[in-house]
Amino acid sequence: MVYLIGAGLTKVGNHWDKSLRHLAAEAALAALEDASVEDVDYIVVANALSGVINAQENLASYIATHLGMVGTPAVKVEAAGASGGAAIVLAKSLVMSGFANKVLVVGVEKMTDYTSLEDSTSALSTFIDSEYEAFSGGTLESMHAMMMRAYMKKYGVPKEEFSHLPLLMHENASTTPHAQLRFKLKPQSYASSPVIAEPVTMLDLAPISDGAAAVVLSKDVGREGSVEIVSSGQATDTISIYRREDLTQLPSVRAAFKRALEASPDFKPDFYVIHDYSSVMGYVEVEELGLAERGKASLLFSNGEARRDGSTPINPEGGLKARGNPVGATGVYQMAEAFLQITGRAEGWQVPGAKSGLVLSVGGLGANSVVHLVRGV
Amino acid sequence: MWAYWQSVPAHWRELPARYRLEGGRCRDCGHKTLPEEKVCPACGSKNIEKVALPRRGKVVNYSVIWNAPRGYEYYTPYVVALIELDDGTRVFSQLTDVHPEEVEEGMEVEMVIRKTRVSGESGLIAYSYKFRPVLK
Amino acid sequence: MRASRKVGIVGWGVYVPKWRIKSEELARGWGRDWNRYAAGIMVEEKSVPGIDEDTFTIAYEASINALKRARLDASKLRAVYVGTESKPYAVKTTATMLIDALGAGGEGRLTTGADYEFACKAGTEAIQSILGLVGSGMIDYGLAVGADTAQGAPGDALEYTASAGGAAYILGPADRSVAVIEASLSHVTDTPDFWRRQHERYPAHTRAFTGEPAYFKHIMTAAKELMSLMGTTPEDYDYAIFHQPNGKFPLRVGTRLGFTPDKIKPGLITPYIGNTYSGSALVGLAAVLDQAKPGERILVVSFGSGAGSDAFHIEVVDGIEEVQDLAPKTMDYVSRKEYVDYTTYARYRRMIRMLHDFSAY
Repeated sequence: MVYLIGAGLTKVGNHWDKSLRHLAAEAALAALEDASVEDVDYIVVANALSGVINAQENLASYIATHLGMVGTPAVKVEAAGASGGAAIVLAKSLVMSGFANKVLVVGVEKMTDYTSLEDSTSALSTFIDSEYEAFSGGTLESMHAMMMRAYMKKYGVPKEEFSHLPLLMHENASTTPHAQLRFKLKPQSYASSPVIAEPVTMLDLAPISDGAAAVVLSKDVGREGSVEIVSSGQATDTISIYRREDLTQLPSVRAAFKRALEASPDFKPDFYVIHDYSSVMGYVEVEELGLAERGKASLLFSNGEARRDGSTPINPEGGLKARGNPVGATGVYQMAEAFLQITGRAEGWQVPGAKSGLVLSVGGLGANSVVHLVRGV
Repeated sequence: MWAYWQSVPAHWRELPARYRLEGGRCRDCGHKTLPEEKVCPACGSKNIEKVALPRRGKVVNYSVIWNAPRGYEYYTPYVVALIELDDGTRVFSQLTDVHPEEVEEGMEVEMVIRKTRVSGESGLIAYSYKFRPVLK
Repeated sequence: MRASRKVGIVGWGVYVPKWRIKSEELARGWGRDWNRYAAGIMVEEKSVPGIDEDTFTIAYEASINALKRARLDASKLRAVYVGTESKPYAVKTTATMLIDALGAGGEGRLTTGADYEFACKAGTEAIQSILGLVGSGMIDYGLAVGADTAQGAPGDALEYTASAGGAAYILGPADRSVAVIEASLSHVTDTPDFWRRQHERYPAHTRAFTGEPAYFKHIMTAAKELMSLMGTTPEDYDYAIFHQPNGKFPLRVGTRLGFTPDKIKPGLITPYIGNTYSGSALVGLAAVLDQAKPGERILVVSFGSGAGSDAFHIEVVDGIEEVQDLAPKTMDYVSRKEYVDYTTYARYRRMIRMLHDFSAY
């Protein structure tokens, strides 16, 4: 058994005055305090771009140093946007194998140290094939754009249908204290949003963000109000999209979900935390999780089912779109948020009576997907 | 600002693919890839031979990029596309000699060699395949 | 100059970029009235290389077309020479990129290669060298290219004509050729009519001095001496192709030599695409070869500033009609066009810069 016994997170946004070390310390120390724990046996750091943006590798040692935990074993896990989910897979394994009793997982990302849009775009392009996609001028957003184009064509879905996801995400984030974009969107803003990579526009994509989140995993259930990581599943897909069969699908999400269900076939989440880097990716994930028929995911967002008080709450905190996306940290944010939901501490963004959740963390265009199923004890 | 500086050896070793569209073909199942792989993604065989891929194909998907990465500021807006070559092999490439509005799915295209990444005034000029609407 | 073994053109090809700017639009860019200039230049519009094009990319496509007409595998090429005055690298031979891009010399790349510079006659220089290598029996097949993305100084008279394009010629033994190069002759002197110093972006020229003492003297000398060597007169030729810096000079020099305009016009392409510099006479020759018939005779005289002229006596033989359609023709490239305005032209020619545009060189 592996339990989440504490969580901490910083506000997501532009933290000009905070470096990786400040953010990580803020979240980690809050998580340790929340768990009533002083020492851990292992630290797993989740981060995707510290080498690219911040000229800092050897991040595990860097974090341990700045947490005042020199000597504790530590490692950095990178899986693009799935770094957080993958870090938790590793942390879980350390506990389940008996190698560690308590593991601190800290996700941290400091994207705004790149102030130029071209540099940020290049940084995110390290998530696609560097030699045969990025070299030719491809960007991460252009891959999402091709997914959107394929989806629109196959299912006859017009561009406006994709607005429902960002609209709901912003509404949810407007009452989430730690979210980055805490304002509601006017429906007409979607149609006039600047084009990033046709047909994807700015409002289809998660923002650039800084932030850190941390959770403490333990083999002991500890004090009252813990959450068990019931099962997990993970799968990869090709790094390059030109090797994919069908751009309207995310086979790695499907496979990761299936593997997670193997250990727990009757698991029924009260809420879903999905990785909506783009609106279309959010829709396809919803379909891969079996929540909607292919081509019909938008209905969940437009008919109210995905709302916090709906039948299938999705991203109650505002998702990547509005809570924000400090890439490598996002998966840990999701886990920390699931913990807070289930322990009834998500004031302003609470799914009423939530006792179980599904957390989906994805890297690249579904190149690496992790599903965790969590349940209150 | 580092992102525009193309590594010389990294480009040089890909020249067979970038200049001549040379990839790999699985001797067991016939599946082709660009670049060449050590393990066939279709059947898992390690019996791979070099092959020159066909230089014509059609656009099966595309996007017009407005937010350029480093090194492409001057080209914006430009088109990237998923191209299915005449033998079914898929490649990802920039399109050239065409306006974004002119691009459509199914458009027939052919390979040319063009400047792809130039490392400033003093660095390497990396040329590579691009595709343009068929001339004739 | 005559080779000990007969050499001919086995295949030829051209490439011209698709973008054009009208002379009128160039004039407008500088607030000038084109009507006052037009007659003197006789160039309607010129080709503009796209952002991702340069001498190598032009040479590459022209060479691919030449290989198609030659029906030759690139592995058989044993020499590749590129003549240009707009080298992508001041030091790194364009031929090296071309050799690997084509696969010349086979897998072992057993071929020689170099770039030639002699202003607008660099391409015919390359042809003469290949002529020598094949003619001496040192190699069987070689590739010579003349290509440029000419630098027209902003607001200068040459801005109206400095364009982009190129032609590639594969030479081999006469029995594999569709046009035999019977002889060549050159006239070279130190005549500084036009030059570009080492680190300058644009060339300098001497206006009227580029005429009589340079262009006319060298072309006429080379032409007359070659015809004397061959025992021929203008009447013996079906086509006369000259270096074409504008639409007027070739007609003027041709007339002075005794050629009638109907022999000069088929090889006069500059009025449509501008002066492709090292491509100039060679693109003109390609246009003629695209439609020439066996038995026809061609005189080609190039001119390169600095200065010099290379003259060639070419006889078309059987077999040319089978290969003319194997690749896009000169007029296919000439008619493939789209106009740009002066701002776009300035962007493509890198005359306007962004704050950070690391790629735009």
